[in-house]
Amino acid sequence: MHLEEFAEGHSIWHRMDPRIKILGLFSFAVVAALSNRISVQVFALLTAIVVLMSAGLNERKVASRMAVVNGFVLFLWLFLPFTTGGEPIAQLGWLVLTREGIVLSLSITMKANAIAAATIALLGTSTVFDLVHAMIHLRIPNLLVQLFFFCYRYISVIHLEYTRLRTGMKVRCFTPRSNIHTYRSLAYLMGMLFVRSYDRSERIYQAMVLRGFSGTFWTLDHFHMHRRDWIALVCMSLVILLMVVGQLAGGIP
Amino acid sequence: MIRLEDIGFAYPNSTRVLEGLDLLCDEGTRIGIVGANGSGKTTLLHIIMGLLRPTSGTVTLFGRQPSSEADFREARRRMGFVFQDADDQLFCPTVAEDVAFGPRNLGRSAKQAHEMVSRTLDMLGIEHLEKRVTYQLSGGEKRLVALATALAMEPEVLILDEPTAGLSEETSEQLLGILSRHISTSIIVSHDRSFLQRASDEVLLLEKGVLTETGMSEMGTWSRSRPPSPGDPL
Ligand SMILES: Nc1ncnc2c1ncn2[C@@H]1O[C@H](COP(=O)(O)OP(=O)(O)OP(=O)(O)O)[C@@H](O)[C@H]1O
Ligand SMILES: [Mg+2]
Repeated sequence: MHLEEFAEGHSIWHRMDPRIKILGLFSFAVVAALSNRISVQVFALLTAIVVLMSAGLNERKVASRMAVVNGFVLFLWLFLPFTTGGEPIAQLGWLVLTREGIVLSLSITMKANAIAAATIALLGTSTVFDLVHAMIHLRIPNLLVQLFFFCYRYISVIHLEYTRLRTGMKVRCFTPRSNIHTYRSLAYLMGMLFVRSYDRSERIYQAMVLRGFSGTFWTLDHFHMHRRDWIALVCMSLVILLMVVGQLAGGIP
Repeated sequence: MIRLEDIGFAYPNSTRVLEGLDLLCDEGTRIGIVGANGSGKTTLLHIIMGLLRPTSGTVTLFGRQPSSEADFREARRRMGFVFQDADDQLFCPTVAEDVAFGPRNLGRSAKQAHEMVSRTLDMLGIEHLEKRVTYQLSGGEKRLVALATALAMEPEVLILDEPTAGLSEETSEQLLGILSRHISTSIIVSHDRSFLQRASDEVLLLEKGVLTETGMSEMGTWSRSRPPSPGDPL
């Protein structure tokens, strides 16, 4: 399935205990997001890139994911450099480019890329079921786990319905063009997609309830920490500690 | 019209489904295919329609070997396909619009498409469903409408994946009548052997990735070329 396209593989990240990956990613993301020192942000970005490259994922697919993130970032670059107050460094017509604006945009770009790369490398390399199990073992509130699980479930349902309907249109010789027939057909497709996905997820939920589901996920597999997992835990803690110290200590900006 | 030679196919990360399969469907032949669940019947039909590409072997449709999606698109204009699950087929709000969808894609005018809708629904005896919402139809009604969407394109060959599943006996009977009256070339997959015997000229068995003759013929009798042996599937 589309959402789990990185989950197959044999890198160290694929074999690592998902509990550690969740903890590591969470603390990394919090520290990276809160840091306001360029040096820490650069360090976070470099670390994330190294981690992502060591996961041995399909480069084209990774690039397309990162492109989505940077699409949003690009949007910020259209506004932030001109709307942030501070020391002006250039004037384009009535637009004033400020030094602070550029620094802020740069810092958001680095944080966003660091967190996205780390998420792909750490969460993308586990299956969703493993992540759900890990979340339960980490005592994350059940409601949050359910929210996460059903989000995933419903997105996959919608995606599956979409591919099925598109194939159905294909065998009836549908080729998108710019005419009313195309627009209407695509609108119908969208409409049917929502009605049907809603219906189908409702039935999935009913089937779960009929089999006694009342909000608790039972776990069959239990995770075991191997020696390499303990090593990973220590390494991750060190990296994050380094970032925290870098942020709090004086000296370089 | 349709010729498959030495087709091999495997889904990613799984065992081979088809291996060295041959199939020939000439103009005017009606072929039936039986086979156990999971033997690859649906896969085979999807390969014919170009929805899946075989890992080896050649597909020839109407004298050409389609290699690109554009080639298959051309061939699909002449082949009508009905999915095993009718839900895969229907996406428009009303039955009339869904049946008109194919003819419109083939370039018919709105008026021609509309005539085609009435004609096809009449032929199947479901004209009362014309204004209904597709998504509220019963399972059997959906099947008939799905069939109508394929027939409305006036295909030269009709390809059906388990058309009788979920149909009542009368409706199956009616379907048989329609097929024998209006369709001369077809490939039909079904688990209903008595239906298949009556709807096709030869029935093939899909097993271990290849098609073999079953010896069942049109009248439900054994063909003369080979006496039945105890190992024969039935
Ligand atoms: N998308 C897929 N990915 C992986 N394996 C698949 C996929 N679709 C089908 N298969 C496998 O391929 C084999 C053939 O499937 P297929 O749907 O062609 O069988 P079938 O003969 O149509 O069965 P049925 O009579 O139940 O409809 C099965 O073992 C099935 O599990
Ligand atoms: Mg099937």
